[in-house]
Amino acid sequence: MSGYFKELFGGTKSLVVGLGITFKHMVKPVVTLQYPHESLKMSARFRGHIELLGDDETGAAKCIVCGMCQRACPSGCITLDGEKPEGAKKKVLTSYTLDFTRCSLCGQCVESCKFGAITFSKDYNLAGPRKEAYIFDLKKRLEERSG
Amino acid sequence: MSDLARSQNQETFVLNLGPQHPATHGVLRVKLTMDGEYIAEAEPVLGYVHRMHEKMGENRTWAQFMPNTARLDYLGALSYNHGYVKIVEQAMGIEVPERAEYLRVITVELNRIASHLLWFGAFVLDLGGFTPLLYAFDDREHILDLLESVTGARLTFCYFRFGGLYNDIDDDFITGSRAFIKRLRKRMPEYHDLVTKNVILITRLKDIGILPAEMCRKYGATGPVLRGSGVNYDVRKNEPYSVYPELDFDVPVYSECDSMARYMVRMDEMEQSMRIIEQALDKLPAGPIMPEKVPRMLKPEPGDYYSAVEAPRGTFGVRVVSDGTNKAYRLKLRSPTFSNLSLFGEASQGMLLADALALMGSLDLVIPEIDR
Amino acid sequence: MTFLPEPLRLLAFVVGIIAFVALNAAYLVWLERKVAGHIQRRIGPKEVGPFGLLQPLADGLKLMSKQLLVPKGIDPYLFKVAPLLVLVPAVMSFVTIPFSENLVARNIDIGLLMIFAFASVNVMGLLLGGWGSANKYAVISAARCVSQNVAYEIPMLITVITMIMVSHTMNLNEIVMQQDGNLLDWYIFRLSASPLMPVAFLIFFTCSLAETNRAPFDLGEAESELIAGYHTEYSGMGFGVFFMGEYANIIIGCSLTTILFLGGWQSPLNMAADGWLAILGDGWWWFLAKVYFLIFCVMWIRWTYPRTTLWGLLNLSWKYLIPISLVNLLVTGAMIKLWPLMKTFLMGAS
Repeated sequence: MSGYFKELFGGTKSLVVGLGITFKHMVKPVVTLQYPHESLKMSARFRGHIELLGDDETGAAKCIVCGMCQRACPSGCITLDGEKPEGAKKKVLTSYTLDFTRCSLCGQCVESCKFGAITFSKDYNLAGPRKEAYIFDLKKRLEERSG
Repeated sequence: MSDLARSQNQETFVLNLGPQHPATHGVLRVKLTMDGEYIAEAEPVLGYVHRMHEKMGENRTWAQFMPNTARLDYLGALSYNHGYVKIVEQAMGIEVPERAEYLRVITVELNRIASHLLWFGAFVLDLGGFTPLLYAFDDREHILDLLESVTGARLTFCYFRFGGLYNDIDDDFITGSRAFIKRLRKRMPEYHDLVTKNVILITRLKDIGILPAEMCRKYGATGPVLRGSGVNYDVRKNEPYSVYPELDFDVPVYSECDSMARYMVRMDEMEQSMRIIEQALDKLPAGPIMPEKVPRMLKPEPGDYYSAVEAPRGTFGVRVVSDGTNKAYRLKLRSPTFSNLSLFGEASQGMLLADALALMGSLDLVIPEIDR
Repeated sequence: MTFLPEPLRLLAFVVGIIAFVALNAAYLVWLERKVAGHIQRRIGPKEVGPFGLLQPLADGLKLMSKQLLVPKGIDPYLFKVAPLLVLVPAVMSFVTIPFSENLVARNIDIGLLMIFAFASVNVMGLLLGGWGSANKYAVISAARCVSQNVAYEIPMLITVITMIMVSHTMNLNEIVMQQDGNLLDWYIFRLSASPLMPVAFLIFFTCSLAETNRAPFDLGEAESELIAGYHTEYSGMGFGVFFMGEYANIIIGCSLTTILFLGGWQSPLNMAADGWLAILGDGWWWFLAKVYFLIFCVMWIRWTYPRTTLWGLLNLSWKYLIPISLVNLLVTGAMIKLWPLMKTFLMGAS
């Protein structure tokens, strides 16, 4: 008999305590960020899709077309091409395409580049209607950025 | 119950706890033969999310397989990273610097807390309490922000490298982790008051879903499922690796074998993980995070290697058969949840549907890990 | 309201009640989402209109514009009639609810009995909806609903019998008028009628939660097990009518609790004042305030607790609520006989 009442009162007490906790949270301020109106600053190491880095003086891509990134990528996202102009010592990049539909942001490409030619961007607002919008022409984007 | 029903020639019907269901946490189909509200037979049907990771392991170089490990169990991705790099380091004989080992332990334990928090929220959501999910996710945000500031990713981490880590932490991470531990220590009593001591939850979980230790051993269940049945087996203690031998922590074991025991094991594991992180942060040495020389082209000696780590869901084992080339000949991933789920068929016979779902929730299933 | 001729008065009430129910069904959803949001440390609806106040309008438009899918193999009459069986009795129960002393559509002498008669039809709506849906999940849910409703009608009715014993009438307006005075005259505090009055209030409130299939007793529509239970197969306005019916039933349950225990339209202060202080006197605003407070408690409870299992629910009813309400009945009966003697004894002693 005493077990019956102990269960009853213990149970009711646990219910009241639970209500108290939710009430306490109800009167506290919200913890959410109102996304379209406010946005977060991305952390420095955030991994967006990769971008080419340009030389500080000339603005041309630092990439020397060694192809390490292409070989390191597990998903075959990167295609690059270059040519050796007359009389120059190093190859010059002619095209660099990233197929972002397959990229898993693993970072093998960035790690494998010994010349600091590619880095992660901070782009996260990528929504588009067509798959083709995600085949990035990184060389063109570099040229647009350097103006 | 089902024998009685069959003997009375009652009709049973087949109910598909279909691939699309709010409570199966992934694309799992369970074919239930029901007798009224009781389950006569349950047959999990797997394979809806099979993505051939093991085959990819044969076609990718060792380094290229890293992102796949994070996609197995995305909630505990760092443990899976750890399991994979550990076996390759073992096969190649690569030494890992001490700072890297400590950082690995810290990030893996933070990931374990995040995984258990999500499990906690989703489990109570399955039982009908919608609010603890949001509170758990609030805490989890802090962990994910911390891990993002270090690794760059929030869910599918590709942070570990053979021999060490991708990049080092800064002081903000250390202060952030300590602040988070303080915050979670204040929140845990709230969770216990709101959920664990709630009489409705206790009625739902106590003595429901009994999994005796013999049954767990028979099906090879590991992790909190096994520890909730009284068997004290934790890879971190029984087959120690990394710097776990130098850290002082307990392994929670409950012997009631019911869903409540498994719930309490995971709640206590969160507290123990916090202890591990604090000690590791105190003992964190300075130094490099990658060894001096890591071979470019990894070509392990031909042979058969196996190693295991303690993932949030159980023992994650990796078996590698190498033929001396830069790709594995065979990569076998031992998924803990696969063994845990195989218990479900036998354990759920004669249970009410609601109880069977509570049992499934307490097994902590992540279907992509089962299907690989 | 006595200056209008009777047919016009009734017509005004019909329109008024339907408008009240419809507006409440729409805006209780808004309130629920806001309460749920703030309990969960987030805002809830905020984009559509200021504070999300136009959200119910958007939801209503969405529901009305959806195709009324009728799956193959259903029973056409049961399927279509079921939502109505949930909504219509609730609306009809408003006929006897006194919003204030004069604001009653029909002051029926057996008002309480009438409301419970209508409430029983609610169960049929769930059962027919579940059965007529030709969906195994819905059938399981309908069976659960029936056993739940039967089990919880009993303590509810026993408690109501207790209240009738105390108030000697089933006329709702008279029950409210018997609670005239200040806060301590409300039946919940009327310990001279029965020392277990607050317990009776809790039992009645719990039973009304269970009757309306509201969490933690929402096994009928257990989202994580049965998708959506008895209303899985309903789309568009069919689902909308079930929803409105659920909220209308909640309002009826809370109104009854207010009338029986919390003094209906009586103010907690015993004063009659003029001018702007009249707001502290009796009136329909007190009724609405109390009803909305109880509705807030209903929502608060929903977002705090997990769901009970069928056995837990039936155990609660048969092992706890029914014995306690029977004890309450006995104690009330005893007090009715003994209170006059105790009063003279206490008066004599002092």
